[in-house]
Amino acid sequence: MDKKLVIPGEFLSDDVKLADEGTYVEDSKVFSSVFGVASLKNHIKVVPLSGKYIPRQGDLIIGIINEVSFSNWIVDIRSPYEGLLHISEFPRRIDNSEMSKYLKVGDSIMTLVKDVDQSMKVELTLNDQRLRQIKDGRIIEVTPSKVPRLIGRSGSMIAMLKSETNCNIFIGQNGRVWLTGKDKNLDLAVRTIQKIEKESHIPGLTDRIVNFLKEAKGIPVKQQVKKKAKKEETEKHEQVPAEETARGEKESEETVMEDAEEPENIEENKSGGILDELLDK
Amino acid sequence: MVKPEKLIENGIRLDGRKPDEIRPIKIKVGVLNRADGSCYFEFGGNKVIAAVYGPREVHPRHQQKSTSAVVRYRYNMASFSVEERKRPGPDRRSIEVSKVSREALEPVIFQEYFPRSAIDIFVEVLQADAGTRTAGINAASIALADAGIPMKSLVSACAVGKVDDTLVLDLNKDEDNYGQADMPIAMTPDGKITLLQMDGHLTRDEFREGLEMAKKGCLEIAQLQRTALMEKYSSLMEGEVNE
Repeated sequence: MDKKLVIPGEFLSDDVKLADEGTYVEDSKVFSSVFGVASLKNHIKVVPLSGKYIPRQGDLIIGIINEVSFSNWIVDIRSPYEGLLHISEFPRRIDNSEMSKYLKVGDSIMTLVKDVDQSMKVELTLNDQRLRQIKDGRIIEVTPSKVPRLIGRSGSMIAMLKSETNCNIFIGQNGRVWLTGKDKNLDLAVRTIQKIEKESHIPGLTDRIVNFLKEAKGIPVKQQVKKKAKKEETEKHEQVPAEETARGEKESEETVMEDAEEPENIEENKSGGILDELLDK
Repeated sequence: MVKPEKLIENGIRLDGRKPDEIRPIKIKVGVLNRADGSCYFEFGGNKVIAAVYGPREVHPRHQQKSTSAVVRYRYNMASFSVEERKRPGPDRRSIEVSKVSREALEPVIFQEYFPRSAIDIFVEVLQADAGTRTAGINAASIALADAGIPMKSLVSACAVGKVDDTLVLDLNKDEDNYGQADMPIAMTPDGKITLLQMDGHLTRDEFREGLEMAKKGCLEIAQLQRTALMEKYSSLMEGEVNE
């Protein structure tokens, strides 16, 4: 068994080189620093079961405008720190006096963490084709540490969820999830996400979710759901390959950011811009 | 209440415990939905509830530290927690308890991970029966873990004291009121002491012996704290995590 539940201070290993997130080293031994699930293969890391979102450069997140100041929008990013969206990071040149015309208090945006400095000043940007204001659909919140489970390995969980519920789903690293689709489908998707969040630490998650979705629809789906999900995924998002975030690359469960473009917008969606620059690092 | 003639009879205390025995403990993790982490803790007749919020923005602003989180601890006794109604609000005693409890937990929290933020700990005593500060620290340390806050380890606390010239672990109300010494201690499971207070008198040898007794008591509590946290997610224990 290479995964187990640990509490802070629990001894994990003697191999200091393998120590990763959620651990600390003392007297050349590795200990857990949080209450969570420890995985011991490759790297020793502990994923906390709860906790706040701590912004990192390159994260794609969903923010809500909290305040409009002289040249910045102050954005709630569900973290102890507020996000700053400078007027120059808006895709178009706009005047200071017109800021609240474009984004006003309460508006939601898909945004990218451009930079986080030592004192946790968080700079956001909208200067990328896939980033924009969220005008329709629903936004729900999940525990940020559970985002990787919700996305699944190389995006398998979210791909299945999308195709099974016929919803478009975008998951921000800060645990905000944006869904668009028909009301009835949205309800099902929301319920499923809540179930995933609640049971993310229990083994056999994918199978249970598959069954849950089948039951909810009242039709026993015979073909292999995973395969079907993958097929539909490629059809839907031909030009929108799943992007790995800078953070996702080193994790075993890849944190793949799913793009939530509506079909009609796909032509606009060129690759390039700041996202790719960040990914290259 | 009058002083009982004897606090220990034939090596058995008034409540039936042996001198080195702690009172029964009951723990429940995650009892408050709005808090980031919470814990209900019963320690004999003590009933306390701890809530942790944060890391979150610091208000008032001037309290914030640019390189680390500030930890704030509020110990409060409910007006109905003791026989004679306690006047609500902070008083000398609760301010002191708040301070020493905060200092008992600060050494294990990785405060430097969250600059410019605050970690708020609230401990409410619902029923007091000697040893509320130790109960509060035990509860707060579980609540911190429940909130997902990075820590070096949990902190466990219990008191030793002297009654009828005998060292006893985890004093109850009568022993506290009429005993000769009371010494609350908080420590990490590997024996690092983060709180040590004493009133009354102990000889050097008694102090050393008392420390060892407290160590054993704290280890016992640490085990219970661990079990309580595990129970919240117990279904994980069987088998491997999916994927």
